[in-house]
Amino acid sequence: MTVDLRSLYQEIIVDHNRRPRNFREIPDADRTAIGDNPLCGDRLTVYVNVQGGVIRDIGFVGNGCAISTASASLMTEALLGKTEQEADALFERFHDLVTGIGHGARGSLGKLEALAGVRQFPARVKCATLAWHTVRTALNTPGRTASTE
Amino acid sequence: MNRSSALLTAGPIPAVPEISRLRDDFPILSRKVHGKPLVYLDNAATTQKPRSVIAAVQRYYRTSNANVHRGVHALSDRATQAYEEARNRVARFLNAREDREIVFVRGATEAINLVAQTFGLLRLREGDEVLVTAMEHHANIVPWQMVCDRAGARLTVAPVYAAGELDLAAYEGMLTGRTRLAAVTHVSNALGTVNPVREMIGMAHARGIPVLVDGAQAAPHLPVDVQALGCDFYVFSGHKLYGPTGIGVLYGKAEHLEAMPPYQGGGDMILRVTFEKTTYNAIPWKFEAGTPNIAGAVGLRAAIDYLDAIGLPAVSTHERELLAYATEEVGRIPGVRIVGTAREKAGILSFVLEGVHPHDIGTILDHEGVAIRAGHHCAMPLMDRLGLPATARASFGLYNTPAEVDLLAAGIRKAREVFR
Repeated sequence: MTVDLRSLYQEIIVDHNRRPRNFREIPDADRTAIGDNPLCGDRLTVYVNVQGGVIRDIGFVGNGCAISTASASLMTEALLGKTEQEADALFERFHDLVTGIGHGARGSLGKLEALAGVRQFPARVKCATLAWHTVRTALNTPGRTASTE
Repeated sequence: MNRSSALLTAGPIPAVPEISRLRDDFPILSRKVHGKPLVYLDNAATTQKPRSVIAAVQRYYRTSNANVHRGVHALSDRATQAYEEARNRVARFLNAREDREIVFVRGATEAINLVAQTFGLLRLREGDEVLVTAMEHHANIVPWQMVCDRAGARLTVAPVYAAGELDLAAYEGMLTGRTRLAAVTHVSNALGTVNPVREMIGMAHARGIPVLVDGAQAAPHLPVDVQALGCDFYVFSGHKLYGPTGIGVLYGKAEHLEAMPPYQGGGDMILRVTFEKTTYNAIPWKFEAGTPNIAGAVGLRAAIDYLDAIGLPAVSTHERELLAYATEEVGRIPGVRIVGTAREKAGILSFVLEGVHPHDIGTILDHEGVAIRAGHHCAMPLMDRLGLPATARASFGLYNTPAEVDLLAAGIRKAREVFR
């Protein structure tokens, strides 16, 4: 496998694709949104419970490629326990990470760094950001469908 | 199948040199992608162009460029002649009765929109129906939805079996007294199914219902004879037939074209204009408002010349053998399921791989130099019917070889390894 390809499909991505974390509906979630990537047919639903401005529970279900599934899984781990403001800031930094455009604060994003390889694959950036757009919709305008198009 | 029996001509000797000679006609096929030789298996999306097509477009701009049907000068004459000769070439290619039954458009999509907005709106009344099949490309769904909405008519959909074959009895049953038009695909772009269009047209005509055939995926792969088919309209795109983008064809029976109102207004589609009244031009020019894609028509003519020199029956045989070989080689990879197993197929192998999303297959294959399509193939209703969000699709052209199928299969096995 080429270096580029290995950087895209790192062990952690393959693992989170095979066994996505927080892959469940949250029936009593107070925020949900559907994310749709019509070009690929990727579609997922994100569930969030927020108490006192803090994300207390988060889950997702849906169908997508390895990049979108692993990204959603890693995102749920990263956002659990964060405030809404922190979630917004993390969205910006994650976006910079996968597009290779940096305007925000630097520093490691921990496990999310595994998705940095997406940078070399412009066609796949949308896959990596789908869950993040969806959670942002859930937090800001719940009930709406987030679309990558 | 013997893996070297890539026959382009009938005969007992495997004609591999034939193909490698043809491959030399396509400059792009010698390039590399990610350091690997390009294996281009996305021909259902668009085909690569032979040198003769590229040269014809270039020659036109270098020696003959002018506007058509206008000037009294020599170049305008030449351009007009080249453009109208291209129309004649298309008419012969489809075996149309007359040149004026050929309207140049941007592509199959525009051709269908033209028929929907003119023929469709003229005939559709509230409660009427337009019948399509469940395996249509969006281009043969959305234009009908648009005019149905306007007219208060209804789109009805003939079902397909899980294997990707049309339920012909159901189709016949849905040709009702309210059906004003059947719009059906000749070959499914997502599955490769070849529909029995001749029979379908016969069934519709028995009830006085006209038929439009979407030939975008058929014209590059099978001989098409519109008189033998009896269809009222036939559409295809030049770029899927080794020609340039931005040029396509609407064939319509002269009686229909005569009766249809113009699609767009402008220059070239008129005989005489006053502010009180405009007299429209004769067909086909009535439908060709504005300066047409002259170079595109010239390129399309060269593409048809190229294809006819090889012979569509030979191309068809070659692609069928390649498809059979690919079905076997890809089908035996553990975890692979072929999607679309109709008895009659042309040039398309859709598949899914357990545990690996088609997009990931596409990315991994791309890194092996193998270009395929992954997604819903602009046929979302069909994907819903099959219960799949997406498939991976390899589609073949006249220049593909069994060795390329081997690289495809090797790439799919690699994708399995990555996600093991």
